[in-house]
Amino acid sequence: MSFEDWYRQDRLPHIFCAGCGNGTIINCTLAAIEQMAWKKEETVFVSGIGCSSRAPGYIAADSLHTTHGRAIAFATGVKLANPDLNVVVFTGDGDLAAIGGNHFIHGCRRNIDLTVVCMNNQIYGMTGGQGSPTTPRGCISSTTPYGCAETPFDLCELAIASGANYVSRWTSYHVKELEKSVLAGLQTPGFSFIEALVQCPTAFGRRNKFKQVSDQVDYLRTHTMLKAKRDRLLDQGQHIPPDMYIVGELARRNRPALGVK
Amino acid sequence: MTQIEFWQGNTACAEGALAAGCRFFGGYPITPSTEIAEHMALKLPKKNGVFIQMEDEIAGIASVIGASWTGARAMTATSGPGFSLMMENIGYAAMTETPCVIVNVQRGGPSTGQPTMGAQGDMMQCRFGSHGDYSVIALCPASVQEMYELTVKAFNLSDEYRVPVFLMADEIVGHMREKIVVPDSVPYVSRKELVRGMPPFRVDIDLIPGFPQFGKGYGVHVTGLTHDERGYPCATNPKLHEALVKRLVNKIESARHTIANYEILNPDANQVFIAYGAPVRTVQQVMHDHPDKNIGFLRLRTVWPFAEFALKEFKNAKRFLVPELNLGQIAREIERYVDIPVISLPKLGGDLHTPAELLAALEVPQ
Repeated sequence: MSFEDWYRQDRLPHIFCAGCGNGTIINCTLAAIEQMAWKKEETVFVSGIGCSSRAPGYIAADSLHTTHGRAIAFATGVKLANPDLNVVVFTGDGDLAAIGGNHFIHGCRRNIDLTVVCMNNQIYGMTGGQGSPTTPRGCISSTTPYGCAETPFDLCELAIASGANYVSRWTSYHVKELEKSVLAGLQTPGFSFIEALVQCPTAFGRRNKFKQVSDQVDYLRTHTMLKAKRDRLLDQGQHIPPDMYIVGELARRNRPALGVK
Repeated sequence: MTQIEFWQGNTACAEGALAAGCRFFGGYPITPSTEIAEHMALKLPKKNGVFIQMEDEIAGIASVIGASWTGARAMTATSGPGFSLMMENIGYAAMTETPCVIVNVQRGGPSTGQPTMGAQGDMMQCRFGSHGDYSVIALCPASVQEMYELTVKAFNLSDEYRVPVFLMADEIVGHMREKIVVPDSVPYVSRKELVRGMPPFRVDIDLIPGFPQFGKGYGVHVTGLTHDERGYPCATNPKLHEALVKRLVNKIESARHTIANYEILNPDANQVFIAYGAPVRTVQQVMHDHPDKNIGFLRLRTVWPFAEFALKEFKNAKRFLVPELNLGQIAREIERYVDIPVISLPKLGGDLHTPAELLAALEVPQ
């Protein structure tokens, strides 16, 4: 079986815009699941609302497309009621960190055995481009027409501080790294959180001077720094540019977890 | 062997749930329902079940719905403020036809209101509280015995009709302690399984689709979006949406004769009380004290779907009197079906009507 066999062919075409990064993240996740040799009948995908949350609808396994922000709470019920099921949550920055922020931190605190993949496009794509809790300061969205005045969340720091066993960040540019990272998350008992920064040409790029899809992907490539390099530079007393996203495996630990098979 | 106990209503509810095979409780503490969660926390782990205290009521009902899709009988318990928080996910359960039991031990509202006082102010909220059109089932216990029996019934109805079922109790029956006869076994109605190869939301004549339990290889997609019989989102087809919503309503409303659970006393009476929940007890007291008065009584255990046909049993009725711990929520529902006066007897504040108050209402000239 190849990861392509996980897709519902009868659901195509999908709703994602041309140039959207979400498909890359779904592919990487399914490729990692394929390496785990999980069977469809023992795997459940759960999501909330938003572009990212449409992912389970395209996957040929049991899938629960729930209400806005609540995916982790629903997934908690699925996992605790049947720990034999492998439960993967797809979410986005608005779904996870705004309306679902409380469920996110409590999922991490419980360290419940879920793998949560967040497609962070830094905007509300589905509703047409409003500012989200991860929209960078100064960026333009339809609800921040003069530039976002708020400071964004660092989702990974939030997950680490809240107690998740595995935390990593990559982007849609880092395909191989992301796949390995999701695999590590799937293998880690407890709460695994993988943040994937993705380009959103329609709602974000268009308003923020990324004329081509590739411009935004290139931005993600040039504005990421490996955690190891960041640590080395800090040790040397060097300056880290403030617009740099730190990528890599940010936490891997073995705290007591809930719902492990 | 049956056993005789002296239990609190909330304990009886939890024990009824356990007897019915409930193996998942997800909830959040709130007065006056908390004893149900506490009892489940104590007992579920010993029955290979799961108790989890979630971060809020939104997460509580979400976890219950998730658990239900794995085939577990699942419930939550709450009161007014928590009930309000649950509304969006209750609509999700209705739309996705997820069996689940929601206990609301009602207290005085609106807002934080009277946490330790009984009320029936959420009767319309449980029927219409989430957005959009849908139907649900609501049961109202009037005693500790019924807290047990109607909880069992709630699970059976929920699995049979694939709909959220509400046990609309109140602080009075929830915190009351009285004698209860605990049966050695309870009726059990299973969820109808989905036939392999059938689209997961295709229905039979009963309008209820078979249940495709997660983990059994059905590969079902469950969404709160308007969906076709494959379960796939199809949110812009007007005819499909209309057909789906009408089915969700009709599967309950067309079965209301079967779902209905009520008692009729003195059907030839001129004056007829209609009551549900705790006020039933006051009506019973008045009837007990005045056997000579030929007082009619329609005593509802099922409030939703509303058994309007039961009203027609009182052929000589000149007026219906409806004591409620709210400002007449069900009295107005009754008015929709009859052309004789419906006298609302509202009571707020947390006390039950006294027998004298109901007696006085009987004596008001017609």
